[in-house]
Amino acid sequence: MRRTAPMALLTAAVLAAGALTACGGGSDGDSNTLKVAFPKDTNNKVTVRDDYVEMVARAFEKANPGKKVKLIPIQASENDYYAKIQQMMRSPKTAPDLVYEDTFLINSDITAGLLRPLDPYIAKWADWKQFEPAAKAAARAQDGRTYGVPDGTDTRGLWFNRKIFKKAGLPQDWRPRTWDEVLAAARTIKRKVPGVIPLNVFTGKGAGEAAVMQGFEMLLYGTGRDQLYDPAAKKWVTGTKGFRDSLEFLRTVYGEKLGPDVSDALSPNIQTNVATELMPEEKLAIDLDGSWLGQQWQPKGGGKPWPEWPTTLGRAAFPTQTGAAPGRVSLAGGWTWSVPRQSQRPDLAWKLIETLQTQRNALEWCVRGAQIAVRKDVAADPAYLKSIPGIGFFTGLVKVSHYRPALPVYPKVSAAIGEAMEAVTTGDATPAKAAADYDAQLKSITDGQVVAKP
Amino acid sequence: MTRAATTSTAYGTAGRGARSRRRALLRWSPLAPATVLLLLFLAGPIGYCVYIAFTDLQLTGQESASFVGLDNFRHAFGDPAFRNAVVLTLVFTLVSSILGQNTLGLALAGLMERASKAVRVITGAVVITAWVLPEIVAGFLLYTFFERRGTLNAILDWLHLPSQNWLFTLPILAVSFANVWRGTAFSMLIYSAALSEIPREVTESAEVDGASGRQRLWHVTLPMIRRSIGTNLMLNTLQTLSVFGLIWAMTRGGPGNRSQTLPVFMYDQAFLKSLIGYGTAVALLLLVVGALFSVVYLRLLREEV
Repeated sequence: MRRTAPMALLTAAVLAAGALTACGGGSDGDSNTLKVAFPKDTNNKVTVRDDYVEMVARAFEKANPGKKVKLIPIQASENDYYAKIQQMMRSPKTAPDLVYEDTFLINSDITAGLLRPLDPYIAKWADWKQFEPAAKAAARAQDGRTYGVPDGTDTRGLWFNRKIFKKAGLPQDWRPRTWDEVLAAARTIKRKVPGVIPLNVFTGKGAGEAAVMQGFEMLLYGTGRDQLYDPAAKKWVTGTKGFRDSLEFLRTVYGEKLGPDVSDALSPNIQTNVATELMPEEKLAIDLDGSWLGQQWQPKGGGKPWPEWPTTLGRAAFPTQTGAAPGRVSLAGGWTWSVPRQSQRPDLAWKLIETLQTQRNALEWCVRGAQIAVRKDVAADPAYLKSIPGIGFFTGLVKVSHYRPALPVYPKVSAAIGEAMEAVTTGDATPAKAAADYDAQLKSITDGQVVAKP
Repeated sequence: MTRAATTSTAYGTAGRGARSRRRALLRWSPLAPATVLLLLFLAGPIGYCVYIAFTDLQLTGQESASFVGLDNFRHAFGDPAFRNAVVLTLVFTLVSSILGQNTLGLALAGLMERASKAVRVITGAVVITAWVLPEIVAGFLLYTFFERRGTLNAILDWLHLPSQNWLFTLPILAVSFANVWRGTAFSMLIYSAALSEIPREVTESAEVDGASGRQRLWHVTLPMIRRSIGTNLMLNTLQTLSVFGLIWAMTRGGPGNRSQTLPVFMYDQAFLKSLIGYGTAVALLLLVVGALFSVVYLRLLREEV
């Protein structure tokens, strides 16, 4: 009597196991195919990165007969891209062999054990000495090992439309020295050139890290030292005046209607909107944005070719709050190529990184992608220096650039900042209230590793 | 079998009992693969889900997860964002499912009973089209409808009426309307079936007795379709509680968190803030909310008139 039950169960288990292996197997057996995951712009017309990766991949296949490169472009907003690659990297079945990691997230992914240290490869790689020290540090974790090879960096500043400035009677070589001068220019434009949005500062949760870095931190790092994280005490900072003042700046921009309509500003599409509509259609006078903006208007692969932009747009460094030295402020970020821990072909993946970072290919990417070079031999190349108008200006900002705290909890801190910005922008909270909410959240995110700095 | 058992000796009973059990097992054996698959693919993930809810599993930022007991649940109840999501979920369910889809569905079904065939066919087709559309398509359609530069404002402008910006000013109302638009067809179909089951003689005799239209609805029609109302409310509510794509496409829970219902909150915590453990705990709490609604409806159904 007892024999039939185990038999039936066994049969069932065998059947189920058969069904399972049929679902799971197959796709990963090919040891000659490299899978490369990278973000694709949400605007279908922007194919700058896709084209470049495709070009390198084909060259790699030619140089390594029998090897194939499978591209996995992930078309998503920033936050969705991060969530997607994190899920892919958790399992050897889905993990890509090479992944494009934002330096913003890399420490968090390293701590999660998703990435593989590259030191054994880097030690044997002659080109590594060409990289700027700051770039080398970008993907170095707290354990001292390096988990990614950066392919460029970026800086941030003000882009302004000279034609609109002329109508408003503002100087063509505008150089604001304080926050108040930025706001004063915006108010002048609002008064004299109706129908134009005076000033865009990214804000809220929709734009994700773009709002926090291009918007909030550009303000915060200009208010004084260590307003976000105190590296000496190794603690996050609460209760600072700089934090409240930065939120107050946002309240002024959106409260006085100097910025885009609040519902547009909070939409996840605002970045694409600014770059492919508001700027080229000359509906926006001043934009606090990244150095890469020009790539959107390139004749080839840009989302919105705009031949006149080099003459129409001027650039100015973003000032510190009251003009305190060094008078200018910028933040630097960038992306790296990394190898997931679950990759089955790390050696081949490294070979592709080397191909991506030959001097010629690195130069090609900096030129196509309007990137700030991280390799000395690229930065000195004449082709780079005249690649895109303003590249010299933004490369010059590297000197005054700050890097975000390279810590695993940073992405969560960033999300909390985004919420504070959104609450102030909608008018749901005063700057003081939003800052207090942020402080409370910070305490719970960092397990109490905070220090008050009134 | 019972008769055999009563007439047999004790020994015989045991032997026959064993044999019948064996026969039952044999009968069950063709179902065994299905049972195992169900356990594996249904019970398995649910069990795993419950387990994760008691850990601090994260998508990134931490290598291994540890068991944290009820911490996630304690955190949820102390979290103002969670309480906000619960309130918004209740508002969303009440407005869009119970008041909107349910009432409108009944009204449409009632009107269509009397309408001419042409009207019935056209109305039915239009309403059901909205229901057949994939959720994400409906979400984007209604986004373009309610958006500040969208269709609704174009129409309002044309009529010289003041324009709206509900996706920003009253997002929970906008998504509720969207859900009504999308889900009414289901209620309408259920009620159409229920109304056609009411025997004509009953309504006629009420009419002969001099009952007015409203009295007939209240004292005859509604009591007779009470069971359908209960079933419909239950299905609608459970479906509305878990609406995610529609809200995500239209507002992403924003601005601020003014349209962040529980499913959106859960996604935000689990995948954008990488707190898988906490997100899963919220999912279980959402299950509890659904269960509470179901209990209420089941009680309503059980009561006899």
